[in-house]
Order: sequence, then structure tokens, then C-alpha cells
Amino acid sequence: MKVAVVGAGPAGVRAVERLVAAGLSPVWMDEAPDGGGRIYQRPPAPLARDARTLYGFEAKRATAIHDTLDALKPRTDWRPETLVWHIRAGAKQMQALHRGAQQRIDFDAAILCTGAMDRVIPVPGWTLPGVTTLGAAQIALKAQGCGIGRRVVFLGTGPLLVLVAYQYAKAGAEVAAVLDTTPFATKARAAPGLLLGGATFAKGLYYTAWLKRHGIPMVEGITPLAIEGDAQGVTGVRWRDARGREQHTACDAAGMGWGLKPEAQLADLAGVPFRHDAVQANWVPVRDDAGRTPVPGIYLAGDGAGIGGAEVAELAGARAALALLQDAGHRIDPIDTVTLDRRLAGLARFRAALERAFPFPAHLARSLPDDAILCRCEGLRAGELRAAARAEAATGPAPEMNRAKAFTRVGMGRCQGRVCGAAAAEILAAELGRPVPRIGRLRGQPPVKPIPIVAGAAP
Amino acid sequence: MKLVRLRDASRPRIALTLEGAPIEALQGDTLLTALLAADAGHLRNSEFGDGPRAGFCLMAACQDCWVVVEGLGRVRACATLAEDGMEVRRG
Amino acid sequence: MTTTCDVLIQGGGGAGCSAALHLAQRGLRVILLERGLVGGQASGVNYGGVRQQGRHPAELPIARRSREIWGRLKDLVGTEAEFTVTGHLKLARSDAEEADLIAYLDVAKQYDLPLRMVGRNAIHREYPWLGPKVVAGSFAPEDGAANPRLLAPALAHAARTAGADIREHAEVVAHAHDGARFTLRTKAGDDFTAPVLLNMAGFWGGAVAEAFGESVPVAPLSPNMAVTEPLPYFIEPNLGVVGGNVYLRQIPRGNVILGGGHGENDAAIPWSRPLPEVTIEATQRAVELVPALAGAQIIRSWSGIDGKMPDAIPVIGRSRTTPGLFHAFGFSGHGFQLGPGIGAIMAELVADGRTDIPLEAFRIERFAT
Repeated sequence: MKVAVVGAGPAGVRAVERLVAAGLSPVWMDEAPDGGGRIYQRPPAPLARDARTLYGFEAKRATAIHDTLDALKPRTDWRPETLVWHIRAGAKQMQALHRGAQQRIDFDAAILCTGAMDRVIPVPGWTLPGVTTLGAAQIALKAQGCGIGRRVVFLGTGPLLVLVAYQYAKAGAEVAAVLDTTPFATKARAAPGLLLGGATFAKGLYYTAWLKRHGIPMVEGITPLAIEGDAQGVTGVRWRDARGREQHTACDAAGMGWGLKPEAQLADLAGVPFRHDAVQANWVPVRDDAGRTPVPGIYLAGDGAGIGGAEVAELAGARAALALLQDAGHRIDPIDTVTLDRRLAGLARFRAALERAFPFPAHLARSLPDDAILCRCEGLRAGELRAAARAEAATGPAPEMNRAKAFTRVGMGRCQGRVCGAAAAEILAAELGRPVPRIGRLRGQPPVKPIPIVAGAAP
Repeated sequence: MKLVRLRDASRPRIALTLEGAPIEALQGDTLLTALLAADAGHLRNSEFGDGPRAGFCLMAACQDCWVVVEGLGRVRACATLAEDGMEVRRG
Repeated sequence: MTTTCDVLIQGGGGAGCSAALHLAQRGLRVILLERGLVGGQASGVNYGGVRQQGRHPAELPIARRSREIWGRLKDLVGTEAEFTVTGHLKLARSDAEEADLIAYLDVAKQYDLPLRMVGRNAIHREYPWLGPKVVAGSFAPEDGAANPRLLAPALAHAARTAGADIREHAEVVAHAHDGARFTLRTKAGDDFTAPVLLNMAGFWGGAVAEAFGESVPVAPLSPNMAVTEPLPYFIEPNLGVVGGNVYLRQIPRGNVILGGGHGENDAAIPWSRPLPEVTIEATQRAVELVPALAGAQIIRSWSGIDGKMPDAIPVIGRSRTTPGLFHAFGFSGHGFQLGPGIGAIMAELVADGRTDIPLEAFRIERFAT
């Protein structure tokens, strides 16, 4: 039986571990040179900090993932630096790109562990050099030992906001401000649920307390107005506080993000249906609790299957592998699945509380000014999308996302709507007066990421 | 945009060029780090006249850090390790 | 509920929407029923070529008529749908292909289609970015390209403004004819009735014809399309080759749109997708024509579903079996340019009972079942 696993983050590692334990030797592909996923990405040599410095409280987990990954490599068909850019679930084929060369991978069953990226709300000025996602700010520090600037504003909401700010401050960068768009009251209401998170919740409190103790301005319930800059880059962030007063914070870089969204393009191409998850405010691929999808032979795990975080990803990876093995006729220890299911269910309750504590502020996307860039690939401004939703457009109003894409090129550029898709949906929904689930989502199209034209003998 | 080296900065030096001008970097830098920790400021210009870009996600997803390396072609600066002698052009 | 009108149109592609517009302009009450959104299949996701040269001679009168409408599209529907007259350059990669191009000059002359041969010396002088495999070309200065995503919606919007009733998400599940009137039932259970029915349902036009007892051998066809990231603008003409296994054009924004070969589909869903191997092959053929494309990134690929006839020209004209039924389907992968003209011609057939455009070659009778 040929099994293909895409992704070598926490979910992929734990999935492969179970497959190998059952005697299988899967094809294992990851885009990065050394796996680990974004969360446990290892810095390239000769960068050499210890795990404790790199991953903080997560050091033990990171080390365990790295050790398992390294031990599994020789027992699988390990293919790093490999971008799977298309999947044909019916034909059971994947198409991949490895250092400029095309590869076809045949499989009987596949586990897709494709991870997540920052969910972004455009802010006027967000395309300026010096503005990155929160995840990017963290990667710069973890994998490259760099800060995105000398004096940085962190903007957005969610657990990553305070974590990155803490990591920057610890590393010696000046954190000019932590600007949280979620009001204190929203978080307070969700606090009882957050207690379910135990250690994770405690870590968040620790970071916050540490930042406050070190005099770093932390403001809740703010509204971002603009990131300002000149030819050299960012000069400051303009924002409005909860009492309606306009404020300005000077800085030379800004990191921003509002939670995560699944990188689920492969699942989409495989034909897995999607549903709009109101709690996450994300479109997520349909799967059961074990990671089975309605598409035969396609299993999902990790953040690519719906945001759950690294701890969930590990359990879900193992669980999806067990589901695959069970479906293929292997004997599975029922205690094993029951234990995993119970732990996953517990973490799901905490995740739901977390989403309630840091809800996606759709109103911020919806109020993006007409002249602000919405789609950074196509240079499309918010007003152009709004115009396409109006009745007086020569093409008639776009009733849903893919039609809006056809009319305006929103999400049609190099990133295929990864970055702007969530905000664009809010803007279109607002303009049409319909809820987001009813205006649909940008459909995936191959390639998942750009692939180069290579000269070669055409047949 | 200027990246600031906060940690792990004692690594062997490498030299590359951007549009012919020398760039000093460290072994283990990605192209994005190498260029933006020097004084490149930006990596590419939007094709549609709305200004310079310097990457955004650093995880090969946003596609906003494409540069050209002589002999390698178009690459994502955030996902390509800088090597001594590379000749880079803005994408 | 039953709604009555003068003309029912099944199928909201470019041709169907144009028919709705032209009929509504003549004061007829038109209802167009479209399963999905207008322009969702072949007319919305095709290459966007507005090309006359190289067509089957029988199609040229329609293409000439349609080209005239393309030239005044902005007045007709309020947008030119990014129609740009770039010229179409058809390339030969061998002596035999060059002979094909030369032979077509006579056809073009017969139908007043401006066409100029670009010989072996001139071709690389005039288009220095062409690769060495290219030996000659023929240039049609009136041809060009447009944005297929805009055409059908714009025609539909103009048709609505002119009084037509364009119903989207209205899948027809049953057809009936009582000798005088057609009744079409949608999935939602609504009935629509009219003395005239235009079958403009692309690949699915075959099923409509079959419902009225005239079966035709139409097959689903999914062109394999891809587009590059924006590149500095340098390819002005729309490019094709003899044999048609690759075609490409660059839009002023910089993206190069290229096609060649066919993807996979399931017309029952409907679902279509480009095939990775086919995309890669098409890019290799493209880079042979234009070597500077090497290293450019493909950012997206797509397909749709058209109806392909065995002789690669459409079925157009009156039904053999049922009075009041008119067909226009099976455009076999090259109907985008024809769409606006087909709509005008169908309106003439319905409202005037005749058209000046010769349609004999397209009669459904040529398929004898």
C-alpha cells in the first residue's frame, strides 16, 4: 500500500510515526529543507541557538518532534524541498516540484498536513516594506536571529500577538506597542473557557504580565487606521483607542495578524468539500474527528484541517494515520483511538474558548477605506471590489466570491487569494448585505504555488 | 525595511551583489535576510505601480518576495539560502 | 408556477446572452435559463481569443458579423470586456505548416478577411522574441483578444436592462412540446413556456436536442488553460500555431495566458480541471515559440466544458423534428469570438424568419440519427 504524506510539521511527523510503526514506508514530502513545520522550523546551519532559546516553553515539544522526524527520515521515502502543487484524488496522483524538476507521485491513500498561515486584515499602508505578518516576525527571529525592525509595533489579536511581542522584547528589540484590536471585555467573557487550556492559558498570562512589567505599552480594543511610511519604509502606526482618540506610535516596522487560517488548497483540489466554521470564522475542509474526508483515500490533520494549534496537530496526525490504517484493514488498538479522541475533544473545547476570546474582527476588514490596497498581488483597492458588487457595474453585480474574482482580479495573483481572501469576503459580504457563508470562498486552482516554465523538449 | 540582527550574528561572512552593488551577509541567511539586513530596503516593485515590496509572510505563502538570482532564475527570497557570490536582481 | 414568454433560451453563455439581448432589443419577451451563473463554462473560462483567421470557411461569415459587434461592444453593453485589437499571428514551425498558412490566404481573400503573410526573413525581424523553430507566420490585423470572464455577464446585464429575464441557478430538468408551445421545468419546479426555444446550452445542448428526438454526437471538451505571473509587456499579437497545440497571448498588465491540449472533466457535475502533464507540455511548447518565457512562473491553471462536434464546427439552425426549436451549440472550443454574432443571427432567425448568414454547413441534419 502506497501512502503519501504531505507536510512534516507536528501533524505530519506524528502521522508518519504511526504509519512506520505499522510497517509502512510512506512517501513524505515537505516544502522546507528540514521539516518541523512553521512552528518548529529549525534555523539553517550555522545558526546554532539551543532549543530553549528558540522555542521557549515549547522546547521539549520541539526537540521531540525534531528527534522523531530525524529518526523517521531513513525509514520513509523522505523528500524535502518538495512542493506538491496538484493532487488528483480520483486518479490517485500528486504532482510535485523539487528543485525545478517535476515529479509525479502515485498513492493509494494520502494524509495532507499542510498547516496554516496568518490571517490578515489589510490596513492602509500594509504593503510598505517593514510590514509583515506576526508569523513572519516570529520566523525572522527564530530562524534567522533577526528582528523585522529596530522599534516594532505588533498589531492584531490572538495568542501569537503577545507571544511574538514577548519574544522580541526578550531578544532585545524595542517593542513600541502591542495594539490588540480585541476589547478587554470580550476576553474577560471568554476567560472561564480559557481555563480549560491550563498550561497554554497560563503561558499567555505570563507573557502579558512580563510585557507589562517591562513597561511595554499594551492597549486593547484599538482600531488600526494606517501604517505610515516613506521611501525608506515604515515610520509609524496611526490608531484609535477604545475611547475614540486618535493615537500615533512611531516605529520602523510593524507585525500584524488576526489568528490563523488553514492552508487547505490541496484538500480543495482533492475535491474535499468545505464548510464555513462560524467559531473559527474560517472555511475549513469537511472531515470527521479522525481526519477522514468524504473523498476516499484522503485524510487531513493539523492546522490545514482547521486551526487547532501544535498540540492538537500532533494528536490529529496520529489519529488520521490510525484512521487510514484502520480503513486499510490494519488492526488498531481501540484504547489508542479512544485516548486520542478524548484528548482531542478536550483541546477542541479550549480552542473554541480561545476563538471566542479573540474573535475575527470582521468589521475592521469591512471598514477598509476604498483607496486602500486589498489584494497586494494585483494592486487591487477595496473600492474596486465594492464597485463590482454594485448594480450599476457593466457586468451586473458579482453575487459571490469567484464571480468577484472574475470581475476584479481579487485573489487572482501569485498568492491566489491566500492573503486577501478572508478580508475580501467580508467586504463583498458587507456590500451585498449577505452573510459570508453565502458569498462562498475562492476556489483553489492548481498550482498551489507558482511553478516555473522550464524549457524542455515538447512531445 | 531593515532587518536587525538580534541573535546568532557571529557566523562566517559571505558576499553577494544586488543589482551589481555589494551586499555583505552571513552564512545561514536567507536571501531575504541577507538583502534586508543590509541596506537593500526592498526586494521588488509592484507591477502595478503601488510601490516597493519586501516580502510579508516569510513562509513562502504570500509570494511577495520574488527576486532573480543569476543562474537560478526567479526564487522566493524568504525560502532561498543566500550563497557566497550570488548575483541578485530585484524581482 | 408557469411563466409565459415569446422566446425561451436555454444556456447563458456568450451566444445565449447575446441572443437574449438582441431579441429583447426587438421587443420580444425573453427568458433565459442558466444552470449556474452566466458565462460559467466555455464562454467564461476560455482563452479569450477574438480570432477570425484560421477558421473553417463556413464559420467566416459568422466571424465577420461577430467582429463587427465586437467593435461596438462598448456601445452595446457598456464595456468592451477588455477587447483589444492586437492582431493575431498564426505561426508555422515547419515547411508543411507554412504551406498551410499560404493556402489559407485564398480563403481569407474570399471572405474579405484582412490577412498578411509574414515570411521567413520578416518574421524574426518583426518579432525578434520568437524562437528559432518558427519559420513563418500569417498576421490578421483585425483580430485580437478579450477578457472572457466579462463578456457573458456584460451581455446578460445589457439584456436585462433591455427587458430580458435572465434566470441564473435555473437548471432545466424537463423539456416538453405540445405541438405549439415548449414547456421547460426547472429543478426548483418552475415551468416556463413559449412558442420558441433556443438551445444554446453548449455541451449540454446535445441532451436538449436529444429530448426532442434528434441525437447528435457531441462530446465534452475541456481546454487546458494556464497563466503566468505579470511580466514586462512584450508580446503584442495574440499567437497561435498551425495545428493549434499551443496558443498564447500577453495582456498589457503583463500576464501571459497560454493554452494547449485538454484537461479532464465530468460534465454530469459539472466539473473540469487542467491536467498537470498537459499544462507542463503546453508551457514547453510556449517556451519554444517565445524563449523569453523560460523561468516565468505559472500562477494558475483552469479549464471549463465546451461541446465538441466530430467535424469541429457547431450545430446552428432549425430543428429537424420540432417547429420553433433552434439550435446553436457545439462550438468545439472556438465559440468565444462567435458568441456576440451568433446571438444576433439567432434573433434574426426567430424574429425575421431568416438571416443573410449562410448556415447550411451547420445544419443538424448532417448527423443522420
